[in-house]
Amino acid sequence: MGIGIRTENLRKVYHAPPPATRGRRRALRSSAPVPTGEKLEIVAVNDISLEIPAGGTFGLLGPNGAGKSTTIGILTTRTEPTSGRAFVGEFDVWKQTVKTKRVIGVVPQRPNLDFALTTREILLFHGAYFGQSLRERSRRADEQLEKFMLTDRANQMVRDLSGGLMQRLSLARAMMHDPEVLFLDEPSAGLDPQTRLMLWEIIRGYARLGKTIVLTTHYMEEADELCDRLAIIDHGKIIALGTPQELKSSIPGGYLLRLRFDRAAEELLRQLRELPGVTEVRSPDPTSADVYADRGGPLIGAIVNATQSTGTELRDVHIQEPSLENLFLHHTGRSLRE
Amino acid sequence: MNWRTFYALLARDRRVARRNAITLLVQVMLQPLLFCFVFGRVLTTGGFMRAQFKSVLLPGVIATSIVITGIQAVAMPLIGEFQFSREIEDRLLSPIENGWIGVEKILAGMILALAAGLVVIPAAWLTMGSGVNISFAHPFAFAGFFLLVALMAASGGLALGCSVPQTHIGLMFSLILMPMLMFGCVYYPWALLRMFPELQYAVLANPLVYATEGLRGVMSPQVPHIDGWISAVALAFIDTALMNIGIRKFRHKAVS
Repeated sequence: MGIGIRTENLRKVYHAPPPATRGRRRALRSSAPVPTGEKLEIVAVNDISLEIPAGGTFGLLGPNGAGKSTTIGILTTRTEPTSGRAFVGEFDVWKQTVKTKRVIGVVPQRPNLDFALTTREILLFHGAYFGQSLRERSRRADEQLEKFMLTDRANQMVRDLSGGLMQRLSLARAMMHDPEVLFLDEPSAGLDPQTRLMLWEIIRGYARLGKTIVLTTHYMEEADELCDRLAIIDHGKIIALGTPQELKSSIPGGYLLRLRFDRAAEELLRQLRELPGVTEVRSPDPTSADVYADRGGPLIGAIVNATQSTGTELRDVHIQEPSLENLFLHHTGRSLRE
Repeated sequence: MNWRTFYALLARDRRVARRNAITLLVQVMLQPLLFCFVFGRVLTTGGFMRAQFKSVLLPGVIATSIVITGIQAVAMPLIGEFQFSREIEDRLLSPIENGWIGVEKILAGMILALAAGLVVIPAAWLTMGSGVNISFAHPFAFAGFFLLVALMAASGGLALGCSVPQTHIGLMFSLILMPMLMFGCVYYPWALLRMFPELQYAVLANPLVYATEGLRGVMSPQVPHIDGWISAVALAFIDTALMNIGIRKFRHKAVS
């Protein structure tokens, strides 16, 4: 049976942009830089305490630069936390590094394959690093090649593979030593829809074996589709935690109607708040309103009436069904894709 | 310490070295052979240099081959592997303490450096033609210096590979390796520098001096050289220091 993961007050402060996000200045600016004179400080992970149960798939959902990859980095012995502790099963990740490495498999955000080797050699050497005998690693390598549809590329140098094939090989490699915990950092970024479905199927299959899977994503549907539990993370903090269903039902009303007008109208907002089924109205800027309600389309008539009665012109209406996207927007005031 | 993982890491480096064998061989052989041909053959046969120069040059060329091969074998792949593609990650995630991966890099580099030295001896000798006066009277001292020089090269390669960014590789060659070669007593014995006393003491900071002078003392004892014990102790000291620096830098670089 898989093993669980625990973090206590995890914190990571960078004094330069973290390696994985260099060049994404915009995303970083939002991660609450702490002004300390001239020294640049970027708080990538800000006091995260998490309990991930053994078995099943756990998702970290958030926009770029939210601290997902850094959290995964800390749990996989690759990024040293500034403070706090992390445990994989019974092992303290930063005190029992080798024991931790033995039970985890990691699929990074960008393929980091050993370019000096062929596809099959990547798997064989990975098996050898984990102490598998020649017979065992040969058998497992062939199985993995078959499973990930890479058999016909077995003897090709990996530098000649396409991005999608590299990503598949990364996953095959991570599963080569049958780890108890599998970490996947943005596993489906850059994959075509067909490969993504294959990947999802493989992840589900691995979870059925009782393994623990931790994945990060900024795709709502991926989180919704794969994860038993989710943490929504932004600015290095967890802002919501639960099953996808629980999280979705925690948004007031569920539906979100995003409205835009020709001018600001306080009276209109007041009227909108009083419409049947409306639980909350927010005004991100003076000429727009986010209406949370228990219904979508049926409200449009009433909204149009309200705008007419206040002499305002309705410029745009967008209805979003209950989703994690709405949840994210509700908590942060920003869309996941922003 | 996990020996199976350590051995697998070595096996991986052996596989890569075999795959690149021809490129490696050209890289290792070409420069010393050309050098031996022009300076050891053309200039000596043409009468511009005395035949004794061959015995001065050979140990220098061997030491240089070991040092350059060791540094390149460790530093060059490492600089690439730590770059954007983070190719080294697979090994950093293998169940072994990161410092041991650095040790493995040194060992693999040493093996290549030793092989380079051994290959260059007969090839350079043949290229220079007759008149090379080389002694193999002290095989253990010879082997000892070979190992010390190879360890120095590979450890230095690790330290450099973890310090130099990819964009500065060219600079590394012109700023570090070239002066090291020119002031490393490769083409002249250290004693010759007595005409330039400040320089003679300044070059003692160059590790290559002890490598060339040490090998010269063992292989061409008739040529004036720094006392063998002094070179051996200096090399042992430099080896220990570079190994420490290299492994510490590697461990530091391995984790963000």
